[in-house]
Amino acid sequence: MAFKQVTSPHAHSAQSTAKVMQLVLWATVPGLLVLTWQFGWGSLINVVLATVTAVICEAIIVKMRGRSVAFYLSDYSAVVTAVLLGLSLPPLAPWWIVVVGSVFSIIVAKQLYGGLGYNPFNPAMVGYVVLLISFPIQMTTWVAPLALLPAGVTHPGFAESLQIVFAGFSPVDGVTGATPLDVFKHSSGLLVDQVYDREPLFNQAMFAGAGWEWVNLAFLLGGLILLSNRIFTWHGPIGMLAALALMSVIFYDSGSSTSPGTALMHLFSGASMFGAFFILTDPVSSAVSNRGRLIYGALIGVLVYIIRAWGNYPDAVAFAVLIANFAAPFIDNYTLPRTYGHTDRRRATEKEEG
Amino acid sequence: MNKTWVTPGGVHPPENKHQSVTQGIGQLPIPEKLVIPLSQHIGAAAIPCVEVGQAVLKGQVIAKPAGVVSIPMHAPTSGTISAIEHRPIAHSSGMLAPCIEITSDAADTWIDHEGISDYEHISPAKLLEMVANAGISGMGGAGFPSAVKLNPGRQRPIDTLIINATECEPYITADDSAIRERAAEIVEGIKILSAILDHPHNIMIGIEDNKPEAIEALAPHVEGTGISVVVFPTKYPSGGEKQLIYILTGKELPSGKLPADIGMVCINIGTTYAIKRAIIDGEPLVSRVTTVTGDAVGIQRNYDTLIGTPVSHLLAHSEYDEQAGGRVVMGGPMMGFTLPSAEVPIVKTTNCILAPSYAEIPDDEPAQPCIRCGMCAEACPASLLPQQLFWYAQAEDHERLEAHNLFDCIECGACSYVCPSNIPLVQYYRAAKGEIRHAREEKVKADHARERFEFHKQRIEQAEREKEEKRAARREAALKAKANPPAAKSETKSEAKPSSSAADIIAAAQARAAAKQASPEDQQAKLERTIAAAEQRLKVAEEKLAEAIESNSDKQAVLSAAVENTRQKLEQSKTKLAELQA
Repeated sequence: MAFKQVTSPHAHSAQSTAKVMQLVLWATVPGLLVLTWQFGWGSLINVVLATVTAVICEAIIVKMRGRSVAFYLSDYSAVVTAVLLGLSLPPLAPWWIVVVGSVFSIIVAKQLYGGLGYNPFNPAMVGYVVLLISFPIQMTTWVAPLALLPAGVTHPGFAESLQIVFAGFSPVDGVTGATPLDVFKHSSGLLVDQVYDREPLFNQAMFAGAGWEWVNLAFLLGGLILLSNRIFTWHGPIGMLAALALMSVIFYDSGSSTSPGTALMHLFSGASMFGAFFILTDPVSSAVSNRGRLIYGALIGVLVYIIRAWGNYPDAVAFAVLIANFAAPFIDNYTLPRTYGHTDRRRATEKEEG
Repeated sequence: MNKTWVTPGGVHPPENKHQSVTQGIGQLPIPEKLVIPLSQHIGAAAIPCVEVGQAVLKGQVIAKPAGVVSIPMHAPTSGTISAIEHRPIAHSSGMLAPCIEITSDAADTWIDHEGISDYEHISPAKLLEMVANAGISGMGGAGFPSAVKLNPGRQRPIDTLIINATECEPYITADDSAIRERAAEIVEGIKILSAILDHPHNIMIGIEDNKPEAIEALAPHVEGTGISVVVFPTKYPSGGEKQLIYILTGKELPSGKLPADIGMVCINIGTTYAIKRAIIDGEPLVSRVTTVTGDAVGIQRNYDTLIGTPVSHLLAHSEYDEQAGGRVVMGGPMMGFTLPSAEVPIVKTTNCILAPSYAEIPDDEPAQPCIRCGMCAEACPASLLPQQLFWYAQAEDHERLEAHNLFDCIECGACSYVCPSNIPLVQYYRAAKGEIRHAREEKVKADHARERFEFHKQRIEQAEREKEEKRAARREAALKAKANPPAAKSETKSEAKPSSSAADIIAAAQARAAAKQASPEDQQAKLERTIAAAEQRLKVAEEKLAEAIESNSDKQAVLSAAVENTRQKLEQSKTKLAELQA
């Protein structure tokens, strides 16, 4: 009798990369539903269009690289990138915005660097930033949330949405509107309290901006699902949210007319929760150790606030994440955990004597 | 209730232990042929002291230890030595190694043996000798000779004796069932260990909470003995020596140190039973409890198995279905290794033969890229970063690997177990460790060569310089001679000198040779002194090697070369002495 030769361990957990990716996809569902509820069909169309484009791009490149298309598509990583990009794009953006972003994410930011596991930057955020810099008008035109639609106006229906996206129809007046972060950026003459009183985006809201607070709560829920399934540890997200909250408390300026806004507004507006739980948790481009991820998250939190408060862009998650991606290998060098039997942590750059 | 500490990381694979404990420890018919590898332990292989065709009795020594870190081998049953040759053994490389084959006479006749019951009144040195003579090596993991481990030396007093009954690997129930049925003898063995170690004040049996029957079985026997049974939550790999030390004491074994360095000795619970049999009953280690399990066998249970029993014999009596599974593992599903064939024999460290069905352990899926998800780092009991080690192992970046403490990896397999991309991480670490060890040895060799070369160069240069100086002196003398025409007196002198000096040189050489040819008595005394010194050196070298092996130090190769070297010199001196005396 001759037996098969295999190295230990022989037992394996049932976890697989495809399952991890699928769970991430499921966890985006609450956010996608709330986006659709608050802003109409646009986000759903974005997600589907981005997914189709991304899968086609991935298949073409994998084929060109002479690898098994079925094997590499079955890890669902292209779908995750596409869904995350689709969720971050403005609803009802023209179709070519979505396509250009997806093509750039998959081909340039991911496959040209070697495919899954080798990309130094978050592919979805690379796609997003390329679009934001290249097409600022389309990228900053947001749909107004449900509560702010003028009387008698509704979000376009599904067919109408498709016409807007694919045929370039213009939406009805009043369907587009500013985001809470835009409002704060352009309200330099008003105290924080006055902004909350006068701006419908805030006086129609519970604590952080009509519609947006729901979107953020939904992504928080999705993030907690992933956290409880141990897809990632708390270090990155909590690092970012804590740093963002701390920065907005320190620089609140007691609600003066130059205040960048309250901590609650910052935590529950824009892409804060989405970024904390779905973007910076991309393990490939983040720091590796728990301590490293805490620092990495905190760096993103600080950068998000700096760009929001004093930069040119109302939101900043994409830029902050890309800058932190640059810093990740550096953070890794200095955040090795203390190994059993050693009194001190070591540095990755340490050299053996002799 | 003893306090326990919680190790970082760890995994909870399905335990699969219930299948093999539905029946007690069974007994198999004696196999027709038994194969006893000469190296079943860490250290030097034993040296056969029997010949093919010789009849042996059960328990008779068939191979003698080669040095301090070695153990003797005993005939597991009575019969005839039928071969001494290379056979496949239980080694992950599938290599052949020297073995002794015994054809059983089915009588299983014991050699005369006698134990002692009042071990309390026997000196630890004598008890250690009995343990060594019984051929006992650690039965839990690496198989380190027990007598060496139990003799840490006076400068390292032992205050904590840890008995490892964790058995944290899934499927294996050898220790569990042994405790259930042999608790009294096991506790007796622990008392003997205590006597050998001069009664450490802290004696703990560490056991996971998934063995309630075993815990209950131990309870009445440890009562009033000062031995505490410490129960802690089940988690793999709590049974690793380093992990168990932390769980029970809250102390970490410093990297590269031995438990004895921090006043501790860790012994597997199966070994304590063997020690009891050796001392009280005078029986050498010729059998052990081995679990046969996995869905590819019809009967899953534990057997009291003779050392040397071919795995095929166990499988044949366990209704093994060849079609049901593709691999047969010696050990557990986390750290065990696949057997090359069923002809491999059971050795002193074989706690389990696992024959899983394809449904239990399917063939490995192809590995996907590492996405650095970090699940491996969460599972690592040593707080390493397996994903970074993998990265640098692929890049063969030895410096980074060492900075990431690759050598503190215990190869438990928890990282590979959780890896969602099915990457055989442990395999990469083993390979990287091998490469680094090899590179270190090469470096030592290269350093030696460089030193030799530099010395050689220096010597040549010096010789050249001296020659040059002489030439210069001669030139000068010649010039002087030309300047002052030689007188008659100096002429005769210069003629006489060469001849006389040549004669002098020959005479001197003869005298030196005569001096060297000292009287035989002197030579003998000198050789005896050399031998005594060499023996001493060999002893020291072997002890150092033992330590290096036990701590898995990277100096092993260098030290074993030193031992070999010293041994050869000793042999040479002994041969010379024998020639002289002849």
